[in-house]
Amino acid sequence: MARIIVVTSGKGGVGKTTSSAAIGLGLALKGQKVVLIDFDIGLRNLDLIMGCERRVVYDFVNVINGEATLNQALIKDKRVSSLSILPASQTRDKDALNKENVGKVLEELGKTYDYIVCDSPAGIEAGAMMALYYADEAIVTTNPEVSSVRDSDRILGMLASRSRRAELGLEPIKEHLLLTRYSPKRVDDGEMLSVEDVVDILSIPLLGVIPESQAVLKASNAGEPVILDTESDAGKAYQDVVDRLLGETVDFRFLHAKKKGILSRMFGG
Amino acid sequence: MALLDYFLRKKEKQVTTASKAKERLQIIVAHERNSRNKQPDYLPQLTADILEVLRKYIKVTDESFSINLDNKGGDLNVLELNIELSDENSIN
Repeated sequence: MARIIVVTSGKGGVGKTTSSAAIGLGLALKGQKVVLIDFDIGLRNLDLIMGCERRVVYDFVNVINGEATLNQALIKDKRVSSLSILPASQTRDKDALNKENVGKVLEELGKTYDYIVCDSPAGIEAGAMMALYYADEAIVTTNPEVSSVRDSDRILGMLASRSRRAELGLEPIKEHLLLTRYSPKRVDDGEMLSVEDVVDILSIPLLGVIPESQAVLKASNAGEPVILDTESDAGKAYQDVVDRLLGETVDFRFLHAKKKGILSRMFGG
Repeated sequence: MALLDYFLRKKEKQVTTASKAKERLQIIVAHERNSRNKQPDYLPQLTADILEVLRKYIKVTDESFSINLDNKGGDLNVLELNIELSDENSIN
């Protein structure tokens, strides 16, 4: 049985697609069979972050409407053969998805794949609800910033009441906090909420902390998920996240600013 | 300047914006969570009354009885009553 993981947040622009791409690719590099699904109907972007935008022929909605088979729509990743991407449509209306037809697609994918990673659209509208409905686990992507934390809490409420697991009274969705764009220096200066603060407010287990990093923009420029940049802090932090998802215990890194010596503190720089 | 800052910094232990953010979030999140899980005030009394009526006719323990008011999204609210009948109440 495949693990269905939704990457969600409520607020837009916090790093859902970046995280979906990095985690999906990371799991596949570890030998897992992974399919990444873009649920952002009308505003697809996962293809661009994955670097396969020119290979999109059919999409999720084509499959739903019976205009293409799953195999026709799935794009095999060129880097890792155990990874596929199901792109969102760019034009169709978002009412195309409903519980029945999405359920069928997920069930079909579940026969082949170990992990189904659902990249949710922002907001709490139908698209976001569809992305989380069938989830077994949720990666709640949050920036250390007031509006993002508040929206994450709204999404936690949705996970607990609007998902299939909630409706059927099954074991609740396993929630994970992924803190992105973290800047230890600003936390030390009292300008940014700390990991502890956010964990305290949302009270869900911490899956990972991704430091603010220039590598993320470079990765999306190139269409190479940042986890492939094994030299970068962000890439390493995503690798830790993948290892934790696979059940390993990994210490948290990049939580503290590099200590300055007394001389550089006194004379600047 | 850096030298001056270094010695001055220790003294001005002011409230940071991060701690303001945390305080504001804790209040608003607690408030919003409360209204999410809100049960109407009459529910405890309703539960007691229903139990009282039931017990005139059948044996009901607290464990074999549950009452739940659920919002199914939008305007749809469902009041769910679950009573487990013990052997003594068996209709057979």
